Amino acid sequence: MTAPTPPLVELRDISIAFGGIKAVDHVTVDLFPGEVVGLLGHNGAGKSTLIKCLSGAYRKDGGEILINGEPVEINNPRDARRYNIETIYQTLALADNLDAAANLFLGRELVTATGMVDDARMESETRKIMGRLNPNFQKFHAPVSALSGGQRQSVAIARAVYFNARILIMDEPTAALGPQETQMVAELIHELKKDGLGIFLIDHDVHQVKELCDRAAVMKNGKLVGVVKVDEVTTDDLLAMIIAGKTPAGIAA
Amino acid sequence: MSETTDTGQSPATRRSLLKSLEIDMRLLGMIGAFVIIALVFNTLTGGRFLTPRNVFNLSIQTVSVAIMATGMVFVIVTRHIDLSVGSLLATCSAVMAMLQTNWLVGTMGLELGDPGLAWLAILGGLIVGTAVGAFNGWLVGYLTIPAFIVTLGGLLVWRNVGWYLTNGQTIGPLNDSFQVFGGISGTLGATWSWIFGIVASLVAVLGLANARRTKIRHQFPVKPVWAEIVVGAIIAGGILGFIAILNSYQVPERILSRQFEALGQPMPEGYRQAYGLPISVLVLIAVAVAMTVVARKTRLGRYIFATGGNPDAAELSGINTRLLTVKVFALMGFLCALSAVVAGARLTFHSNDIGTLDELRVIAAAVIGGTALSGGIGTIYGAILGALIMQSLQSGMAMVGVDAPFQNIVVGGVLVIAVLVDIIYRRKTGDT
Repeated sequence: MTAPTPPLVELRDISIAFGGIKAVDHVTVDLFPGEVVGLLGHNGAGKSTLIKCLSGAYRKDGGEILINGEPVEINNPRDARRYNIETIYQTLALADNLDAAANLFLGRELVTATGMVDDARMESETRKIMGRLNPNFQKFHAPVSALSGGQRQSVAIARAVYFNARILIMDEPTAALGPQETQMVAELIHELKKDGLGIFLIDHDVHQVKELCDRAAVMKNGKLVGVVKVDEVTTDDLLAMIIAGKTPAGIAA
Repeated sequence: MSETTDTGQSPATRRSLLKSLEIDMRLLGMIGAFVIIALVFNTLTGGRFLTPRNVFNLSIQTVSVAIMATGMVFVIVTRHIDLSVGSLLATCSAVMAMLQTNWLVGTMGLELGDPGLAWLAILGGLIVGTAVGAFNGWLVGYLTIPAFIVTLGGLLVWRNVGWYLTNGQTIGPLNDSFQVFGGISGTLGATWSWIFGIVASLVAVLGLANARRTKIRHQFPVKPVWAEIVVGAIIAGGILGFIAILNSYQVPERILSRQFEALGQPMPEGYRQAYGLPISVLVLIAVAVAMTVVARKTRLGRYIFATGGNPDAAELSGINTRLLTVKVFALMGFLCALSAVVAGARLTFHSNDIGTLDELRVIAAAVIGGTALSGGIGTIYGAILGALIMQSLQSGMAMVGVDAPFQNIVVGGVLVIAVLVDIIYRRKTGDT
């Protein structure tokens, strides 16, 4: 890339192994502000593992992470949050026994002057952001276990969006959603993109990646197959990369 | 909110009454169970169960287990268990007994029986309890040894550390200032009990009013004013009624006359004195309030429940779950030491078998009180009510004259049935 600004995120030569199996093997990917980069690959290709090195859930064995061109150390989720990296996990990572507000602010509770948890203010803030993301949401006092898949998803998304993320990681955000809710997520991604966020989107659905992403990085068996601009390839090209693990000649981005 | 209007229009008016009062159904169920137990035993004993004297005894017998049960709620909520609480209580009791009768006597100019010794002993015991608890937590959290194993080992270790420290001897009598925490030898008397009751009622009512104001400020739905008043009246009535019962338990005349004899004064004609609120119950109330605030209003409490609900989510939210485990077990250890003060003071001496089987009573109290072993769910008031229900059963059966083996058989059966009822209740209401 020849952009004058450094990439928002640069994952350089990242490796991580679990008990001798190289889950991620020297992978390099970057992400620019206002860009959506899709990560594609079979189950077990290493997409989620790669991204968990960025979100702090795993510690990489080798390689470098650069944010705005500066090398950074991310050893745990707290570090990642400090760099405004927010993650929507495939499992949603919600505490089922707590309500929406408690989950939204988990680890970052608003407190009163006396250091007590300010539930009223958190609920009020949650009502505001949910009014924007999912106006039908009403169950503010129920534990999230009592919510539908889509409602739970919107709580997880609200949590990532509320804290002014600059880098957003979405691990199959639409896996549990119906068509209408999927559309809602797509609109949200467009909106966040306009705000200048960089988004890593992990997805199985090649069509969705072509629709939502600017570039796509394809992984197979822990290795990077290639990074392509989605406008320059067909869905068949992407499928070929995923299945055969080869970049079609002359379309590398 | 659409949900509220749905039930409001439904013919089930009794349910909507409870709904507008916003009373916790589970709390109501436990209080109901307790009331039934009390009434049945009262009938069977010909009215002896609900005398002021027995209510007084029941409350001081409950304190030690109830204090530890509040800590056990946090341990179980974070999906752990602590089998060593009874043994840790014994170690703490041994340390405190040895400090006040042996180790510290003669140092810093403190002679045997000096009130300062009692306070230093309590301080020492609390430090030991907290440290041992933190050590357990470190083994569980950082070395990832299952809590069941760590505390099963601790069950043996700390019982026998206590034995070693005292050479197996019974240590006593304990310091007079120490014995104040035992119950009968330390009460507030009628006047201060009333003052405490009135202040507590006022605080409770103000708390309700404050919560309502906050809700209105944030434009959240509030329950009708009459419902707030009813709830406030029930709470205040409960507190003042309890105080009234304790205050009607008179100190026996011969004890009073002995006290006057010791002072060398004649006892005035018709002189009466009530026991009032025991200091140990006051300690339990303070623990209950503090632990409830921790559970509901602090980050620590929020993280405890979040970790219990989904440990992975808690970790991914940046919560240091390992350190949290250390904190939870340290708190449990602190409360064991506090219980040791109450239990030792009640006996007036330290004995080797103090707190034996308390781990089972404490776990049972927490579980009967609605704490789920799968983690994430539990309340402080539930655990205290659970302890009270267990103690009522035990002493009620003793009063009726049920044979000792049957007492334990019934208590064991009640534990299992209570959990079954809880499971059925949760399935019916869809609560997790």
